[in-house]
Amino acid sequence: MNTLDSHYDILVAGGGQAGLIAAIVAAEKGARVCLLEGAPKSHRGGNTRHTRNLRPLHNGPLSVLSGTYDEAEYWDDLMRVTKGKTNEHLARLTLRQSSGAVEWLEARGVQFQPPLGGTLHLGRTNAFFMGGGKQLLNALYRHAAKLDIDIHYDAMVSAVDMENGRFKSLQVGERRFYAKAFVAAAGGFEANIEWLKEGWGDIAENFLIRGTPYNRGDLLRILLDQGAQQIGEANQCHAVAIDGRAPKFDGGICTRVDCVSLGIVVNENAQRFYDEGEDFWPKRYAIWGRLVADQPNQVAHVIIDQKAKGGFMPPVFPATTANTIAELAGKIGLDAETLQKTVSDFNEAVKPGNFDHTSLDGLHTDGLDVNKTNWARPIDQPPYSAYSLRPGITFTYLGVEVTDKAAMKMADGSTSPNIFAAGEIMAGNVLGQGYLAGIGMTIGNVFGRIAGNEAADYALNH
Amino acid sequence: MRSTTKTAEAARVMSICNACRYCEGHCAVFQAMELRLEFNADTVDYLANLCHNCGACYHNCQYAPPHEFNLNVPAAMAELRQENYGVYAWPGFMGKLFARNGLWVSLLSIVVITLFTALTASLTGENFFARHDNGFYGVIPHNVLAGLFGAVGLFVALALVLSCVKFWRTMQLPAPHRLNFRQVFQGIKDALSLKYLDGGNGQGCSYPTETPSMARRWFHQFTFWGFMLCFAATSSGTILHYGFDLPAPYGFLSLPKLFGITGGLGLIIGPIGLLVLKAKADPMPKGKTNKGMDVGFLVLLLLSAITGLALMLVRDTPYVGFTLCLHLGVILTLFLSMPYGKFVHGFYRLIALVVFAVEKNDHKPLVGSCKTKKV
Repeated sequence: MNTLDSHYDILVAGGGQAGLIAAIVAAEKGARVCLLEGAPKSHRGGNTRHTRNLRPLHNGPLSVLSGTYDEAEYWDDLMRVTKGKTNEHLARLTLRQSSGAVEWLEARGVQFQPPLGGTLHLGRTNAFFMGGGKQLLNALYRHAAKLDIDIHYDAMVSAVDMENGRFKSLQVGERRFYAKAFVAAAGGFEANIEWLKEGWGDIAENFLIRGTPYNRGDLLRILLDQGAQQIGEANQCHAVAIDGRAPKFDGGICTRVDCVSLGIVVNENAQRFYDEGEDFWPKRYAIWGRLVADQPNQVAHVIIDQKAKGGFMPPVFPATTANTIAELAGKIGLDAETLQKTVSDFNEAVKPGNFDHTSLDGLHTDGLDVNKTNWARPIDQPPYSAYSLRPGITFTYLGVEVTDKAAMKMADGSTSPNIFAAGEIMAGNVLGQGYLAGIGMTIGNVFGRIAGNEAADYALNH
Repeated sequence: MRSTTKTAEAARVMSICNACRYCEGHCAVFQAMELRLEFNADTVDYLANLCHNCGACYHNCQYAPPHEFNLNVPAAMAELRQENYGVYAWPGFMGKLFARNGLWVSLLSIVVITLFTALTASLTGENFFARHDNGFYGVIPHNVLAGLFGAVGLFVALALVLSCVKFWRTMQLPAPHRLNFRQVFQGIKDALSLKYLDGGNGQGCSYPTETPSMARRWFHQFTFWGFMLCFAATSSGTILHYGFDLPAPYGFLSLPKLFGITGGLGLIIGPIGLLVLKAKADPMPKGKTNKGMDVGFLVLLLLSAITGLALMLVRDTPYVGFTLCLHLGVILTLFLSMPYGKFVHGFYRLIALVVFAVEKNDHKPLVGSCKTKKV
């Protein structure tokens, strides 16, 4: 036997929430499990390290969650954002099984946060991880170590050997791993600019990636090349507008800019292009990545005046400020005359009314090509502030199709007997488009448990 | 207002944290941070003294090194605390002693203990090596001891009070009599229960490693209450002596003995536990070495308990003179180092927690806000 060969009951590729849960569930059932994480230990956990909450169904108060969030309401929320692009059977399964997510995690050392100021408006629907997703990861990695799961870092799967949809072994560089069953939980391809370009064209070069550079989707590509059934399109992703000065990779949550609805947004030509006050920001931020991606050079600038200061979450980078619009234009590289005209046209079009950021106040502009329908106040009190915006890609939706047992479907219509998928790599089955806070982690949690369970049953019976 | 690399780093870190806020459930630092948009020196001094260096926010941070944002909140706060202990010290020039704290405390210990022993030995002559019916008062008379420690105690109390007043004013707290009693009580309760060493959910802090643990909270409580009981032992002795004309030595079932023995045991268990945890602790969230400030203080506390209990055991033997000098030398060093060592952390933390209770109640910042000019 080659000394570099390793044999397990179950191999799990991907050390985010879904992969960890699958590995833990399988190990708790008695399987010998090996977890392969593509990133180094410092960046382990894929996108989970940047997450903050999941969205469990509950018919009454549950742990840190108040009130009730039942299947009917949850289903309506999902339909609203996906506009029907979902597999109803898998989606309802996800919603129902999500009710056990918090208890499962708490029993394995994950801490949840009691509702506080910053999270209060989501205290009914979303359970927040104390300290964020990295705390969840740390707790689950500690638990996995207690269960004697072998964990390898810097272990990106480079090849998978399968026959008629049946998994036989895989390779990590020179090293080969054999197992009776395989769980693919290695996420999407948001950090793979070349792949993003297949869906978006060359403009993808200008995208910022909110997660680590290790989320390359290599395993997803391997599985698709080996005949797995694809679900979703390459240009479907969760894209938000983030601070243009954010790092190319791994900027995470803090690069958000939350003042769009309080000001105006212009492109490089100093022109407005979309209604900034269409709806509450939490309901709209997920469309602005795409809107900015459609602008020249994928850049935009949000401009506010003194009145708006302090009315939104503080951005991580300081604003560019000036005492006149012309000076501000110079500082952010826009044509001063055009920006002055855009701002004064906007200001003149503002109709009188009472400003109230906590409701759809109807304070709007009239007669512009692009009107602002709520919270429209003149930009007239210096100093003026500007934040640059770029599309920030959080995660991708293209994945492999699965059954309700998390088994991977093949393009020829068959189902793999021993390959299971969980997490972002199959989230597109449930979330075909749009975004609902905490839904990605919910899918990963539910399908992680299903995949681990099914993989263990298969491996222990063969 | 002062501006140093430490205040600048704390402000940089807090500006990034304030845009993230994932750690808000862990402790008061982040909840106080969320009330603000900017972080001047006063504000970061406040936040630094709310921080217990528990490490949870470091281990759970998506921006911790090697991320390019290089966030390490507990380290930034620990290094800033070491600086601002010096800033608030009275008299001001003595603040320099925080820079190489372990060194001066060690040197002071050696000098004080040696001098104290040598001086006592030469002054008491053969009494030094004798056994005495009235225990240690046979070596050094009560009035000499009371005079010496009373004078040092007064200076220490003055230095501590004036340091706290300076910190209090910077925190922009109103005069004590104008404070809301309920808020003050909340601050005291949070300080005494070491609330923010519970990790946020009672799981404990990420100390000495990433795994949440209550060990530090327990050992700190042993240390604190051990110290307080020893203090109570001395105080009750003073009361018995002056109030009831009952001078030492006391029997085992007397208040000074009961307080002293239980306190002494706490003051042995606590500091040893904290020293062991410190040795095991992950070096990253601790920040740059604080030059023995913590270790120096813990060792002095430990020595004071050990020599105190030893003195009790050898009270009726010829070793009483030497043991007494060791014990009193340690206590004198501990006293002298109080305003210029780790001891001060309790006062600043208590004041910061009272400020936090006020801010939390009012939902608005107190420290660092614009000072209103008196008309």
